[in-house]
Amino acid sequence: MDKSFAARRRRDLIVAAVLAALAALAPLVVKDVYVQNILILTLMYAALSQSWNILSGYCGQISLGHALYFGIGAYTTELLFTKFGVLPWFGMLAGGVIAAIIAMGLGYPFFRLRGHYFVIATIVIAEIGLLLFQNWEWAGAAMGITIPVRGDSWLKFQFLRSKLPYFYFALALCSLAWFVTWWLEDSKWGFWWRAVKDNPEAAESLGVVVFNSKMGAAAVSAFLVAVGGAFYAQFLAYIDPESVMGFQFSLLMALPAVLGGIGTLWGPVLGAAILIPMTELTRSFIGGSGRGVDLIVYGGLIVLISLALPQGLVSLFSRSKAKGATR
Amino acid sequence: MGLLYGLIAVGLALIFGLMDVVNFAHGEFLMIAMYVSFFLFTFFAVDPLLSAPLVAAALFVLGALVYLLVVRFAMRAKANAGMVQIFSTFGLAIVMRGLAQFFFTPDYRSIPHSWAGGKTISVAGIFLPEPQLIGALVAILAFAGLYFFIHRTDFGRALEATREDPGAVALVGIDKNRVFALGWGLGAALVGLAGAIMAVFFYIYPDVGASFALIAYVTVALGGFGSVFGAFAGGIVVGLVEATTALVLPPSLKSVGIYAVYLLVVFIRPRGLFGQM
Repeated sequence: MDKSFAARRRRDLIVAAVLAALAALAPLVVKDVYVQNILILTLMYAALSQSWNILSGYCGQISLGHALYFGIGAYTTELLFTKFGVLPWFGMLAGGVIAAIIAMGLGYPFFRLRGHYFVIATIVIAEIGLLLFQNWEWAGAAMGITIPVRGDSWLKFQFLRSKLPYFYFALALCSLAWFVTWWLEDSKWGFWWRAVKDNPEAAESLGVVVFNSKMGAAAVSAFLVAVGGAFYAQFLAYIDPESVMGFQFSLLMALPAVLGGIGTLWGPVLGAAILIPMTELTRSFIGGSGRGVDLIVYGGLIVLISLALPQGLVSLFSRSKAKGATR
Repeated sequence: MGLLYGLIAVGLALIFGLMDVVNFAHGEFLMIAMYVSFFLFTFFAVDPLLSAPLVAAALFVLGALVYLLVVRFAMRAKANAGMVQIFSTFGLAIVMRGLAQFFFTPDYRSIPHSWAGGKTISVAGIFLPEPQLIGALVAILAFAGLYFFIHRTDFGRALEATREDPGAVALVGIDKNRVFALGWGLGAALVGLAGAIMAVFFYIYPDVGASFALIAYVTVALGGFGSVFGAFAGGIVVGLVEATTALVLPPSLKSVGIYAVYLLVVFIRPRGLFGQM
């Protein structure tokens, strides 16, 4: 017999806590700044992918326009910081709230669209956002914003001497995204989402519930992604439209979940843990020539993994577990 | 321009209409076509307008290969079929872009002079650049040819039949894989034609496809997925909208008009202009 659902959920929580604790200790071993950088990015993408997965994986509304929310988080934070001197912490929250409101506003028309029409609408809206920011003089237009140095403190969310505070924030964000997913998975929302994804027609007969549950997923997803964007902006200390709202971000958010296992609790984490170090390493070891070899390897792996393991890497684990159960 | 968008989009629509797969490497097909045309010009001094059929043939082979090597397997996926198709063709697009960068370097290239050069022709008081005009003519011819092909030939009927019931055609001895491979080839060949023409008046670089691909998806969706005619009509609409936006907004915002019109259309008709409701 399979373990009971409650037992599995408890196990997931314990595993996550252990992993988070181990990750928190990682800086004791890893002193190399380059490796720390990779760890930070891995955690950030895991968090983003986990957030993306809430709307696209669980609820089945595949968005390839989440870069919009990422960019809104980054821009709200930095515009408030550079123009009005508002601390990034408040900017981060404001960005999240604005992103969630926009996501829900877009939800009204968008959630009527099905399949590819929806996907293309999400790409298009993010692209419009990108073009608008590129032409918005007050927000630095295509040149972007360089974040001024105001000190080295948690209060100002700027760290000059060490990357570790960024690491711990990324870890916290990743844990938060994971926990939110874990918590929602077993709530009534989680069940609605699965109903909407698996059988849209049947779910449609429940009308309002379907619509509201999509809205909820969109809001939570956008909020978390925007917080990620705010973090990224502070981390890089420089933003421009292309680098925070470009289409590649929408993809980079989706890929870890797709490779790890879309609509699963562990997929985004697993996917990010493999994909991001791989991307960074291929970039630094063979991408230096500027001739696109890293792209070839990276793209090739995406093709292979998506063809060979349509349910993501997580399915490898569950398959072996299923075998063990029958034995 | 609109007719060329239509031509690019028709290839995409054909593939989608045939088997519900959106080819996210479509822009990269266009990029490859432009390079093929460029090299035929530089090494063999073949004018892009003459090499267009050759480019189309090369792209036909590429399209069929892509189907046989990648898409065939993507279609077997039982779980997450949509995601598998999106990401396998997306991965492919990244590979193609990487290959282009590797072999051709990221430099911008252009075809310096062609028969159709930079001349402009005045038609009833409106000045039209010659290459665009020729492009428009080729696009109309290609579309007419495709229409004839689908509706009047055995192979065209096989395409239609396979699209309607892939299971039943197997019973009458049509090899589904062959039909699909030919469909992909045909779709790619149409992009090849468009690429050869566009090589005359656009810079050629590894990422060039990306800027047109989104417009192509929008065009197809605007016309309605599954409707080849819709894709062509969508192309004309997109061309007109682009031209009008360019008059009102700064050039850097010209695509905003296209995107806005797409959103407007699908909000009113969620299945596009000519899509089955």
